[in-house]
Amino acid sequence: MTAAMNDKQIAIDEFRAEVRGWIAQHFPASLKGKNNAFAAIEGGVPLSPDQEEWRQAMGEKGWGVPTWPAAYGGGGLCGKQAAVLQEELANAEAYNPIGGMGVMMLGPTLLEFASEEQKQRHIPPICRGEIRWCQGFSEPGAGSDLASLRARAEDCGDYFLVNGQKTWTSGGQWSDWCFALVRTDTSRKHEGISFLLIDMRSPGVEVRPIQLISGASPFCETFFTDVKVPRENLVGELNQGWAIGKRLLQHERTNLSGGGGNRVMPSVSQIAKFYVGVDEQGRLDDPDLRQRIIRHEMLARSFRLTAQRVMRDAKNGGVATASSILKNVGARITQDRAELTLEAMGMSGLGWEGDGFNEKELAATRLWLWGKAVSIYGGSTEIQNNVIAKRILGMEGE
Amino acid sequence: MAVLTEEQVMLREMASSWAVEQSPVTAFRRLRDSTEGLQRGFSKDHYRQMAEMGWAGILVPEEYGGSSFGYLGLGLVLEQVAQTLTASPLMLTAGVGVSALMLGGNTHQREQWLPAIVAGEVIVALAVDEGSRHHPERIECQASVCEGGWSLSGRKAFVLEGGIADVLLVAARTEQGVEVFWVPAVTEGVIRHDRHMADSRNCAEIELRQVVLPEEARLAELPGEQLLQRLLDCARAGAAAEMLGMATQAFAVTLDYLKTREQFDEIIARFQALQHRMANLYGEIELMRSAVEAALSAIESDDDDASLLVSLAKATACDTLNLMTREMVQLHGGIGMTDEHDAGFYLKRARVLEAAWGNASFHRDRFARLCDY
Ligand SMILES: Cc1cc2nc3c(=O)[nH]c(=O)nc-3n(C[C@H](O)[C@H](O)[C@H](O)COP(=O)(O)OP(=O)(O)OC[C@H]3O[C@@H](n4cnc5c(N)ncnc54)[C@H](O)[C@@H]3O)c2cc1C
Repeated sequence: MTAAMNDKQIAIDEFRAEVRGWIAQHFPASLKGKNNAFAAIEGGVPLSPDQEEWRQAMGEKGWGVPTWPAAYGGGGLCGKQAAVLQEELANAEAYNPIGGMGVMMLGPTLLEFASEEQKQRHIPPICRGEIRWCQGFSEPGAGSDLASLRARAEDCGDYFLVNGQKTWTSGGQWSDWCFALVRTDTSRKHEGISFLLIDMRSPGVEVRPIQLISGASPFCETFFTDVKVPRENLVGELNQGWAIGKRLLQHERTNLSGGGGNRVMPSVSQIAKFYVGVDEQGRLDDPDLRQRIIRHEMLARSFRLTAQRVMRDAKNGGVATASSILKNVGARITQDRAELTLEAMGMSGLGWEGDGFNEKELAATRLWLWGKAVSIYGGSTEIQNNVIAKRILGMEGE
Repeated sequence: MAVLTEEQVMLREMASSWAVEQSPVTAFRRLRDSTEGLQRGFSKDHYRQMAEMGWAGILVPEEYGGSSFGYLGLGLVLEQVAQTLTASPLMLTAGVGVSALMLGGNTHQREQWLPAIVAGEVIVALAVDEGSRHHPERIECQASVCEGGWSLSGRKAFVLEGGIADVLLVAARTEQGVEVFWVPAVTEGVIRHDRHMADSRNCAEIELRQVVLPEEARLAELPGEQLLQRLLDCARAGAAAEMLGMATQAFAVTLDYLKTREQFDEIIARFQALQHRMANLYGEIELMRSAVEAALSAIESDDDDASLLVSLAKATACDTLNLMTREMVQLHGGIGMTDEHDAGFYLKRARVLEAAWGNASFHRDRFARLCDY
């Protein structure tokens, strides 16, 4: 080992000790082993005092978004330090309480495209986990074909007048702000779209929750009627919003593909042992299911390896092309895991509510149903495959 | 498709139009959202109508008021009414319950119960499994000889239609091996606990606390193990017929959607990627139909390979409906994820029927064993 490398290692070790001490001091013991994975799906659940305290502590430190610039309230850490932070959180059975669409999608997009004033105004509250953002992209007639969107923003000088409908707005009913793609020129498709930040409390914004097959209502139809949006909330140039939106979707995919690598959920192989039982040699008592579970876990393993490889190659622009692959495989892994869990649990994994099922079983049912969405949102599996075929493989037809 | 007699074709058409007119999916939705649905998970009124049309007596000989139509005929009806997710105990009552009496019951029992079943006044459920997965070989429920008959003790898990059944067919272990008992639900010591399942249909856990039954409660006309296998096969083939109906309808609804939904300035049915998915599903469902019809016919004519064909049918039905329901949601996009759309109903009901009386993995294994493999 060279002296320079040695110094680096020492710095990292010191950092690790600092992180460990800080977590020990600030992470409320009552939250140990819990995570907010389900809350992120269901949303709208008020934080307990301990959760609130943890959010504030992490928010002030900027460690909810460890690699964002400190100037805007981020942690200002390098990749290596961020990895250490993540490991130490896991070791302490703690979690990152700051998330949501502001962190996953909007923040990185603003850092790239927004004006200095916009960054100063909008990024710090995201870092502190104070403002909830929702995504106003999809419309009833514009899903996969997002660029056909019609919600209109009329240019009225120092403000835009927004009229139209968005749909599938996740967390719309609990959000403070919405980042939206709106039509500012009806004569052109992609070149007539702008990227607007809309205060959800503006007069004329109305949300109607939609119930999912899993029973919860985490998303909404969102209606805009003569909503005045100050011009300062336009990100980038007028009619140049498509490129920004596309970039944001890339961040969305990269984050969503995390599903496949998500270690928070217990592995199916462990769950199955409990419900199915094992033979004398400790092998699952259902050889067919055993094979399929192992195939799934091996896929998850190679997925994680791929994700790591992509991260290493990120500097070469590798992430952009890999995000579609990772999103698809991640979605498949998430859904397979849920289906296999259900199958292993048998009837116990098919409860809806009430007696006769424990919490984990009821959660398995809901997660299974909810998980059907991951191959639909953020660009469906079919759309990702189109992207791969056309952009990566050059299979564009005439 | 099996070659159907004229009468079978008529029966199928009658069931189809009844389902469309009287029991569309909106009726199931209303039921689910009603107190009756929440408490019972089935529509009494629908079941009464079904009985009036003679469906509860499809397997019942004419001397007891039935039409003696056979198992394929019953399967045709089950397929049609399951297309629209009709919540009824028809399969378990008219299929399994009647078969229990015809195969294992004595004349007295038949006289006593069959006319009531035909009239739709008696609902039967099958109580075999004691855990969350299907294990007919792991029955621990005890039946011991007592004064005047039998005493049953044990627990049965996830008995479909168990909460509304008037009679429970209980598999219990005697000193001679497993036997099937005819247990009126009102008998003292039978305690039922509702289980609220994802498919919003009736399901209960049954506790048997020293339930004292007369000697003839043991259905004695066939050896117990054999009778149990026959009844399970009836349930499996019946479930597979329902699953066939569900798959057919899920396919039709999806195809219809692809032909109307527009994105990128065309109907999405134009996209070859989706065409291939539908073409594939179409083929799978055809295979499923052949397997299901063969199983129903084999039960009807009491063929030697009935069990083998039933396992083929149930395994195929599980795999195909599983795929079809996943594709139904996926190909509908966001709308398929909403409770307002019917896709979720098919998905939820599918998994319950998949888990009932052996999933695909169970039946692949059973098929292999039956082939001495
Ligand atoms: C749980 C959930 C949360 C969501 N949250 C948000 C949100 O917060 N904000 C937001 O803006 N949107 C959100 N969405 C919307 C999501 O982005 C859209 O559902 C998605 O883009 C698909 O659009 P669609 O639903 O209109 O389906 P459609 O585009 O109508 O697609 C229907 C089917 O056709 C397929 N298809 C379409 N075009 C092609 C093609 N060219 N080739 C092959 N197949 C094709 C699709 O893959 C799909 O299977 C959410 C959706 C869900 C389910």
